[in-house]
Amino acid sequence: MSDDLHVAGTLKTYFGGFLACVVLTLASYICVDKNLFSTNLLMGIIVALALIQTVVQLVLFLHLGKEGTPHWNLTTFLFAAIIIVAIVLGSLWIMYHLNYRMMPSMDMQEVHKIQSEGL
Amino acid sequence: MTHNHIQETDEKTFLGLWLYIMSDCLLFATLFVTYAVLHQGTAGGATSKELFRLPFVLIETMLLLTSSFTSGLAMLKQNITRKSHLLGWFFVTFVLGASFVGMELHEFADLVREGHSWRESAFLSGFFTLVGTHGLHVTIGLIWMAVFMFQTWKMGMTPMVMRKLTCLRLFWHFLDVVWIFIFTFVYLMGVLT
Repeated sequence: MSDDLHVAGTLKTYFGGFLACVVLTLASYICVDKNLFSTNLLMGIIVALALIQTVVQLVLFLHLGKEGTPHWNLTTFLFAAIIIVAIVLGSLWIMYHLNYRMMPSMDMQEVHKIQSEGL
Repeated sequence: MTHNHIQETDEKTFLGLWLYIMSDCLLFATLFVTYAVLHQGTAGGATSKELFRLPFVLIETMLLLTSSFTSGLAMLKQNITRKSHLLGWFFVTFVLGASFVGMELHEFADLVREGHSWRESAFLSGFFTLVGTHGLHVTIGLIWMAVFMFQTWKMGMTPMVMRKLTCLRLFWHFLDVVWIFIFTFVYLMGVLT
């Protein structure tokens, strides 16, 4: 049936997905707002909660992985995910090292000052 | 058009839309990482910790999440065949989405009025570019939604209209997925560090 392509799922899956997303959002908000854990642990927790919520929405709202063969949606998704990880981790890694190798206690403001004063 | 033709066109259209969404993800990934790199570059100006108001952002988040949910409700099997239900749920989605854009514009206007515009620092340039690009997507989605609601009302639920509405629904869900990351990596983390 071509109608099946248009139908968003059932009320049950939709409502379940919505409820899960509300709970996950509130959980990460409360953790940060009440400062429940140390900063590093909080970072880990909110990233984990965001990734869980992403999977929930991808599967229940965007119906990823529920298509018939060939799995073009899933294939292109995985390809995009690999590129995104490469862009994000690669950029952060390079920029971290760039900052690390600059002279200590010399931020860009001081560099501009030195350049403009011709020192 | 026969039934098979319609289905074939639908499948091709949805794959095309999906490829667009995936390339849009790459765009957002570059904006996210630009923001992350520039986050400490406040040039002596305000930091994210001083500027972000979490309760306000939580309401924005809930508005967009609920609108993503209601756009799905519009396309459930029991609503898809009744024009009034279909249009009604899309109308709710539209109102929620417009409220989200309104809140975001309010937030931006406040920041600019208090002197924290994109000119202040690299951090704020990155912030306005990333969050503004998302807001622009939502705004375009709203215009798209208004046009399709008008088409549905005029033409009824033809295969062409249903195909467009499904594309819109998937696009709308995608915008909420991007917002999860803005909420977590920009706002929540911005308050932590």
